[in-house]
Amino acid sequence: MKPMEEFLAQAPYLRLNEELTVELLTRALREEVGKAGFQRVILGVSGGIDSALSLYLCARAFGPEAVTAVCMPYRESSPSSLEDAQKAIDAVGVESIRVDITPQIDAYFAGFPEASRLRRGNKMARERMSILYDLSAERRALVIGTSNKTELLLGYSTQFGDMASAVNPLGDLYKTQVWQLSGYLGVPESILKKPPSGDLWPDQTDEAELGFSYWDVDRLLYYMVDCRYPPERLVQQGFDRDLIERVHRRVVNSQYKRSLPVILKVSGRTIGADFRYPRDWGL
Amino acid sequence: MRVGLAQIRPVLGRVEENLKLHREMIHRADSEQVDLLVFPELSLTGYQLKDLTLEVARSLQDEPIQQLVRESHRLDLVFGLVEEGPGHLFYNTAVYASEGAIRHVHRKVYLPTYGMYEEARLFARGRSFRSFETRFGRMGLLICEDAWHTSAPYLLVQDGAEILIVLANAAAKGMGAEKMASEESWSGMLAHYSMLHGAITLYANRVGTEDGVTFFGGSMVIDPFGRILERGERFEPLLKVVDVDLEDVRLARYRMPLMRDEDLELTARELERILKRRFEGGDHP
Repeated sequence: MKPMEEFLAQAPYLRLNEELTVELLTRALREEVGKAGFQRVILGVSGGIDSALSLYLCARAFGPEAVTAVCMPYRESSPSSLEDAQKAIDAVGVESIRVDITPQIDAYFAGFPEASRLRRGNKMARERMSILYDLSAERRALVIGTSNKTELLLGYSTQFGDMASAVNPLGDLYKTQVWQLSGYLGVPESILKKPPSGDLWPDQTDEAELGFSYWDVDRLLYYMVDCRYPPERLVQQGFDRDLIERVHRRVVNSQYKRSLPVILKVSGRTIGADFRYPRDWGL
Repeated sequence: MRVGLAQIRPVLGRVEENLKLHREMIHRADSEQVDLLVFPELSLTGYQLKDLTLEVARSLQDEPIQQLVRESHRLDLVFGLVEEGPGHLFYNTAVYASEGAIRHVHRKVYLPTYGMYEEARLFARGRSFRSFETRFGRMGLLICEDAWHTSAPYLLVQDGAEILIVLANAAAKGMGAEKMASEESWSGMLAHYSMLHGAITLYANRVGTEDGVTFFGGSMVIDPFGRILERGERFEPLLKVVDVDLEDVRLARYRMPLMRDEDLELTARELERILKRRFEGGDHP
């Protein structure tokens, strides 16, 4: 049995009806983008699985001619990432743009040579965001997100960086479900098989940095978030107490990233608190 | 009797555009000799209204609403709106119109306010479930969450309804390996009601996406034996036209005389006792 099949046999509750999920996501993408008055979409494509799946969904939803993929490597980015990104782009046949972010990143950090890897990684993520939004305006193309539910819950992403988008088709899919759908849509093997990485520094891998595997954490998050099991019940379910504690802390501590900035209330009608309109207001 | 289910995609917060959509659907249904055309919940406004509730609310006497009601001269109409009722109370309302006049108004009783829903923030609560006479027979209206309370269809059927009309805004959620949980629950639940009550169920659900939430459609007609006769395609705006035979209600209730054997008096007595115990004795639940 393939590893994905083996995993889904153990965690059947994470299995998705692939055809129906893809239909739901592509229809909803078309409608949300179309309503906003856009015919085109743009997204960053890194060579990783998340942006590959977003790219495939966009190409299905809008047709390849309406999609722009942007590759934004840094000099330390793995060359294989760029190759994988290109493979995905070629496979769906969309237009692509390459913007090397090395000059601006290096120029900025010349003033902060001691900056940590975290600062550098976040800066790169926000630089990429800034490029996507610039090109979005230039091409009248809406920015499509690539953050999955696992990383959003764990806060394993950069606020106002890779988290920024107008519509995110992956935000309610766990990482393992991203794998499942990517396999279904025919994302290239090299992307499916490589260990997930933000590629923010050489040899970075998500699972080494997080200290647990996506296969473990997705099962845990399903019971913790979707089923609302309390810790004791999670332990009974066979999850490691330490993992439960660490994951819970990450979810709580990253709540701010999933929220809009806090507005301090002064008036009788405050944006967010008592001025509440749907996002699709007037669309 | 020919039924039409108007599986539409209302435009959020734009009553004028939705009125136009209704008129187009009525025209189509009329050309297909539909006798009764059913629109989904809040068909004139869309669902995720939040603070738009104030501006989309209409009195039932408003001219555009009355114009729509007057379209019911050849076919009967069921549609949904935010009704501004007496005392400026806002209701999630369904209207049954026939021969150019409003015949029945149902104000949603059970306003979901949990998880992704916040209806009790927006709407006043309806106070009754009543069946009503139509030119085809006795019917009852349920709006979405109303149908999840087993007492609601029970009351309508005991009150004489032979056709249950369910206006819904049911969202695609709970995707699983085979099916969507929400879709499965709806079809299972309504098929059971139809079977247990020997009633025809007409279920009109909308399509389209609002704020990332997609409504799945799949509008259905269920016969009084609990068989799904027809089901509209998922996600697709359409008019589903289905012939139903009220004679089936007679046959179903003869074959399975649950209605005959139902002991209303016992139910009322037990409910009285339970009410007393729960609300006077402080014994929960």
